[in-house]
Amino acid sequence: MTNVKNTITMNNNIISTDHLTKIFGKFTAVNAISFEVRKGEIFGFLGANGAGKTTALKMLTGLLMPTSGVATVAGYDVRKNPDQVKRRIGYMSQKFSLYEDLTVRENIRLFGGIYGLKMTEIRSKTTDLLQKLQLEPEADKLVGSLPLGWKQKLAFSVALLHDPQIVFLDEPTSGVDPITRRQFWELIYEAAAEGVTLMVTTHYMDEAEYCDRVSIMVDGKIEALDTPRAMKAGFQATDMDEVFRKLARGE
Amino acid sequence: MIQIDHLSKSFAAVQAVKDITLSVEQGEIFGIIGPDGAGKTTLFRMLTSLMLPDSGSASVVGLDVVKDYKQLRQVIGYMPGRFSLYQDLTVEENLGFFAAVFGTSIRENYDLIAPIYSQIEPFKARRAGALSGGMKQKLALCCALIHKPEVLFLDEPGTGVDPVSRKEFWDMLGNLRKQGLTMLVSTPYMDEAELCSRVALMQKGEIMAIDTPKGITKAFQMPLYAVRSDNMYQLIKDLRTLDGMADCYAFGEFAHLKMLDTATPAKDVTTRIIGFLQAKNHRNIEIKPAAPTVEDCFIELMRN
Repeated sequence: MTNVKNTITMNNNIISTDHLTKIFGKFTAVNAISFEVRKGEIFGFLGANGAGKTTALKMLTGLLMPTSGVATVAGYDVRKNPDQVKRRIGYMSQKFSLYEDLTVRENIRLFGGIYGLKMTEIRSKTTDLLQKLQLEPEADKLVGSLPLGWKQKLAFSVALLHDPQIVFLDEPTSGVDPITRRQFWELIYEAAAEGVTLMVTTHYMDEAEYCDRVSIMVDGKIEALDTPRAMKAGFQATDMDEVFRKLARGE
Repeated sequence: MIQIDHLSKSFAAVQAVKDITLSVEQGEIFGIIGPDGAGKTTLFRMLTSLMLPDSGSASVVGLDVVKDYKQLRQVIGYMPGRFSLYQDLTVEENLGFFAAVFGTSIRENYDLIAPIYSQIEPFKARRAGALSGGMKQKLALCCALIHKPEVLFLDEPGTGVDPVSRKEFWDMLGNLRKQGLTMLVSTPYMDEAELCSRVALMQKGEIMAIDTPKGITKAFQMPLYAVRSDNMYQLIKDLRTLDGMADCYAFGEFAHLKMLDTATPAKDVTTRIIGFLQAKNHRNIEIKPAAPTVEDCFIELMRN
C-alpha cells in the first residue's frame, strides 16, 4: 500500500483506487472499490441512480474524504493531497455550466484566472478556444443566451483550460439534441487523442459504446469493468443497454 | 382526445412553440420527442391550462384549455418534469393529499394505481424527500393518477433516470394504456419513440414530423451503413472525406454512414468502402447495411 504511487507511474495508470469506501451513517455508498484508469483513456463510469457513482466521483476529485481505502489521482493521494489533485483535474457537471450573466470571453477569463493562468496565456487560450468552437461571433454575448449544446461545449473547453491531466464529465450530454451530443463526443475524442484522460458518466447507453472501457456500479460496488465489446460478449448481450439491465437488475 | 390548432407561444424574443397542429386519439401513447429547448414543456403547460397561448387553440377531452380550464383540470393528470410532491410529507400523506384535492380518496381509485403503488407501499411512512429516484417517480405517477384522469400528461419522466428504471416506467405506462388511458409523453431519449403509438419530432418550437415510429423510419430514403474499425475517431474523420458520403456520425459501437447514391448495390458500396478504409490503414474493419432508427431520422430532419 505504501508504494501505490510508484506502481501507478509504472503501470501508466492515472487513477488508481484500492478498496475505496465511503460510509454515511449506516449506509455504505461506495463499498471497497478497486480499479485503475489508464492515461489517455475514455473511461465510462456507469451505474443506476443511487449506485454510488456521484459519491465515488466526489472522492476522486478531492471533494469528499474517503471513509477508508486509498485513491490516487494524477499521482497524488486524494486524502493527503486533495489540493494537488484539484490542480490537475478538470470537472464538468450537467447542472453547473458557467456564469450565465457573464459573456463567453468573461467566463474564459474568470476561470483562467481561478486556475492561475497568466494573462498572456488566457489571451492566447481564448483565441484558440473561440476559433475551435467557432464561437468568435458569440464571444461578447452572455453565456445565458447561448443554446444548451453550445454552453456544454464551452463548459467542456473551459474545464480543459488549465491543461488538466484528467477531466471528469458528469452526464455532460443530458437533454442535448442528437447532433450536438455527437459533436460533444468528438471534442471528447479529440481531447483523448491529445493525451487527456476522460472519465464520463452517462445515461445514454449508446454513449457507453464510445468509451474505451466502462465500469458498471451496482449498490456501491463495481460489478463489471471491461471494454464494451468484451462486456457484451461476456453477458451475451446485443447492446450495452442489455448488459446494464442484466447487471443492475439481475434479469 | 387532444386537439391542437396552430398553437404558438413566445417569451420575449424566443418563440418557444411555433404554430403547432396535431391531434391525439383515445388510447394512444403519443410521444413528443426532442432535446432540451425544443418547446416540449411550454406545450405541456399550455395543454394543462397552466399557461396561456399567444395564438391558436387547443382542447383536451373536448374542453378548451383557456375557456374550460376549471373542468379541464378535473379530467387530466399531469406529472411535471421536476419532482413536485411535498418532500416533507410521507408517501401516504402525499397520495392522500392529491386524492383529497380532487375530491376522492385513495380507496376509491385504488385499483388503478394498485400495480404501481404496491411497489412503494412498504415505504408509505417514509418522507417523499427520502425516496430513491425510481420510487419518487412511481409516487409522482400514482399522485397524477389518483383522480382517475382521462388523459395523462407526462413531461420528461425519464430524464436523469437510469436505463433500468426508465424501462420499468415504460412498462407501467404500457399497462395503463391497456386500461384505455390516453397519454402524452415528452422525452429527449430517441429510443423511447419506439414505445409510443405515434410520435412528433420537435426541435426549436417546431414539429419536424408526425407519424408512427415505423412511418418515421420509413421516410428515411438514403442507404445507411454501420461501419467500425479499431480507431473510431479517425474512422469518422476519414469517412467524411469519402466520395458520395451524405452524412457520417457515431452511433453506439458503429459509425453510421449515409450515402447519396441509391442505385449502386450494397455489395459494391461496401467493397469500395473497405478498400478506401484499408488504404487509410484502418484495421478490423466491419461494414453492413443498417436499418435507420428514429434517431437517424431526427438527425436527418435537423440537417435539412
